[in-house]
Amino acid sequence: MTTVTLKVNGQSVTADVDPRTLLVDFLRQNLQLTGTHVGCDTSQCGACTVHVDGRAIKSCTALAVSCNGCEVTTIEGLSAGDGLHPMQEAFREHHALQCGFCTPGMIMAAVDIVNRKGTALDEHTIREQLEGNLCRCTGYHNIVRAVQTGAAAMAETRQAAE
Amino acid sequence: MTDQGIGASVKRKEDLRFITGNGRYVDDINRPGQSYAVFVRSPHAHARIKGIDMSAAKAAPGVLGIFTGDDLARDKVGGLICGWMIHSKDGTPMKAGPHPALAQGKVRYVGDHVAVVIAETLNQARDAAELVSVDYEPLAAVVDLGAAQAAGQPQVHDEAPANTVYQWHLGDKDATDAAFAKAAHVTKIDLVNNRLVPNAMEPRAAIGEYDFGADSFTLYTTSQNPHVARLVLSAFIGIAPENKLRVIAPDVGGGFGSKIFIYAEETVCVWASRKVRRPVKWTADRSEAFLADAHGRDHLTTAELALDADGNALALRAKTKANLGAYLSTFASSVPTYLYAPLLSGQYNIPAIYCEVDGVYTTTTPVDAYRGAGRPEATFVVERLMEVAARETGRDPAEFRRKNFIRAFPHQTPVIMAYDAGDYEACLDKALEMADMKGFAQRKAASAKAGKLRGVGYSAYIEACGIAPSRAVGSLGAGVGLWESAEMRVNPIGTVEVLTGSHSHGQGHETTFAQVVSSKLGIPIDQVTIVHGDTDKVQMGMGTYGSRSGAVGASAIVKAADKVIAKGKRVAAACMEVPEDSVDFAEGSFSARGTNKKMTFGEVALQAYVAHKFDSEEIEPGLKEGSFYDPKNFTFPSGVHVAEIEIDMETGVTRIDRWTAVDDFGILINPMIVEGQVHGGIAQGVGQAMLEGAVYNSDGQLVTGSFMDYCMPRADDVPSFNVAMSSTPCPSNPLGVKGCGEAGAIAAPAALINAITDALGHEDIAMPATPQAVWRAIQKMPRKQAAE
Repeated sequence: MTTVTLKVNGQSVTADVDPRTLLVDFLRQNLQLTGTHVGCDTSQCGACTVHVDGRAIKSCTALAVSCNGCEVTTIEGLSAGDGLHPMQEAFREHHALQCGFCTPGMIMAAVDIVNRKGTALDEHTIREQLEGNLCRCTGYHNIVRAVQTGAAAMAETRQAAE
Repeated sequence: MTDQGIGASVKRKEDLRFITGNGRYVDDINRPGQSYAVFVRSPHAHARIKGIDMSAAKAAPGVLGIFTGDDLARDKVGGLICGWMIHSKDGTPMKAGPHPALAQGKVRYVGDHVAVVIAETLNQARDAAELVSVDYEPLAAVVDLGAAQAAGQPQVHDEAPANTVYQWHLGDKDATDAAFAKAAHVTKIDLVNNRLVPNAMEPRAAIGEYDFGADSFTLYTTSQNPHVARLVLSAFIGIAPENKLRVIAPDVGGGFGSKIFIYAEETVCVWASRKVRRPVKWTADRSEAFLADAHGRDHLTTAELALDADGNALALRAKTKANLGAYLSTFASSVPTYLYAPLLSGQYNIPAIYCEVDGVYTTTTPVDAYRGAGRPEATFVVERLMEVAARETGRDPAEFRRKNFIRAFPHQTPVIMAYDAGDYEACLDKALEMADMKGFAQRKAASAKAGKLRGVGYSAYIEACGIAPSRAVGSLGAGVGLWESAEMRVNPIGTVEVLTGSHSHGQGHETTFAQVVSSKLGIPIDQVTIVHGDTDKVQMGMGTYGSRSGAVGASAIVKAADKVIAKGKRVAAACMEVPEDSVDFAEGSFSARGTNKKMTFGEVALQAYVAHKFDSEEIEPGLKEGSFYDPKNFTFPSGVHVAEIEIDMETGVTRIDRWTAVDDFGILINPMIVEGQVHGGIAQGVGQAMLEGAVYNSDGQLVTGSFMDYCMPRADDVPSFNVAMSSTPCPSNPLGVKGCGEAGAIAAPAALINAITDALGHEDIAMPATPQAVWRAIQKMPRKQAAE
């Protein structure tokens, strides 16, 4: 067993884990943060996307111990307060989810796209940047709309904060 | 209130939990004392099991139990079943081999279940599973569907000589042959309907739990139809009587058919929970899902269309080989027969149709229903035939279709179906306009100038949803009835719980069913809770598949609501001291005609429970009604999809430039959700046509066994879709709805292949039309045309 210490959604956690424990299993099993999902075993589907030190990663491909000392944000911690993050709100507004299984990873990836590519996103950019996240239900049509709207809403939130 | 009722695009009630990570899928559930199951799977497509050495595995840390097919047999656990009896044309029943949950003597596909290892932790179970040593005697695989019935092929099951499960037919052979004999033109095509892996994003999972105190089992499972799972596990597999077996299907992350079936894994988990005296959890990883979830499609078909000199269809003839895989999955036998051939009339007036289908065993993963189930295969046959026939006879493909459209309803086809309503021309006209077909020639010229090929393809599909009535499907061999149930529990303050036998795994029933209740009772949707997916709460139900939840499930709710209103009128009449037949119910209020007396729905509900103002010998207290609704016919959604594509001749990459869909789903409960269903269906159809295909090598190894090898549609593979509706209400159910869940997947493949072949100028390309396949097809183009 190896000791690992992480800051997850703003809270410090320390645990002894089997060194082969994946970050996603640590989140789901040790912390009961089951909003992060596992949809494949080859890093292709993106259902497990979380933010580590502010960047999106696939948590099925990282060992918990490799994230020692990092700050992790999951879907449960995306919104700072009681309300929804603008990207969450946009997904609901645009019916960008059906079964909901890919949704947490999709939202975490979408926020990361905005962080990397800015808040004015065209359809082509969104579609290319969503390459790492699979959805079997929506045909992506409404997800693209949601990311566009969510990005614009994040711009407003940021302006308001400044 | 009506702004939340039928026809309103209200936002989904279920979304909040999903966007915040608070969904509750099976793998999110953990039971006290839970143990973990890992299955030992066959690495061979076909082999005899000579021995299983479990000694090292049993001694491994944390192992609680290891079980094989012998243990199941000893406990008299029955095999998995196929619930639809098909008879061959000679009248003999289909020939099916046994389907044990854990192999007995032989394995028949890569991934077949040999043993289960149960341990304290998942890693311990995995480690121990690797220590199970199975002595296999490999046998030759049967992989090629076209050759599987030939003499000298290995036998998959002794019970099915020549690997043939059935040789079934439908239609009038003599009339069809006679029509072909007098035809002015015959179009003949060979088609491969490629094998697909459903790949719902949530892998299947199960937790079995045995309560020694109550002597009863609970199974948490990723199911589209928990009551059917309970029925099969109880009545056929013999795990426990129904009153001792609770099946819970909580949030389920997509199904597309693959979660209808009762598989080995959940059977073993629930059985083993009693053996190891601990809850037993299993969650598939994606590699297992590729191997062990039932696949879809996989047909080889030769089809012919006979025309008279004016281009009128005279007859259609099809001969299909359907790959059923190594065992018959739950509804496998029905998919290439009664869900396929009755749709071969398409939207067209075809006086004679004859179809023969051979169901064939191979040493591959079992094949069963996948989004559309038989209807995409039928549409691909009909719409490829129509397109090629138009081209061969020099007719415009759209106008050729129009010429042959059915125009009068009801219309009895020569293959069982009686179409009740539709307006195919209206959909075509709207689609042609939305797709700007007038501008197509100009766009094609512009593409040519840029060195690219442009093509357009149509698909005028029909599907049959809400399979019914039960008596009719029973006569065709179904082992179950296909009604749906609803129970409406009105609480004393007028809020409502509706228990439904339908199951939502992405469809949004918590919203759409509440909208139906809102329209019926005049209450806001937040006063309505939809309960589903638990056999201890909902008494009985048939689940969700075949786009049946709106037409059948919601209709049952309407019927229950009508009973609630009728009872409410009696209570209201007594309270208002007026005759019962003078009470009207509208917009959430009971009113007495000719007076100013009025009671709200909530007031009447309260009075029904207080029971102070009526004689309870005449009116029972309480307000709760149930219904079972059995439709009088199938519903027949239809539509026209138009795909326009551009091909890069250097790379063979096909870009979908525009997609137009005009669908007739009858009355829409929530247009936002309906459009979402269309989008998702199209994407799966695009996947089939251009990206996806399960490939086995000659040894029966699944070569496309991961998302690295099996190409799922991604966001940049599909365009935005231009979707519109052209509705004719369905006369066969009280809501006038038809069903929309599968339409896109049914329509899309033919539209795309028609577009690609239009661009290529020849018909020689198969699905999936990958860039490599398209590039090769470009090389077969006549030189002059390619240069244009």
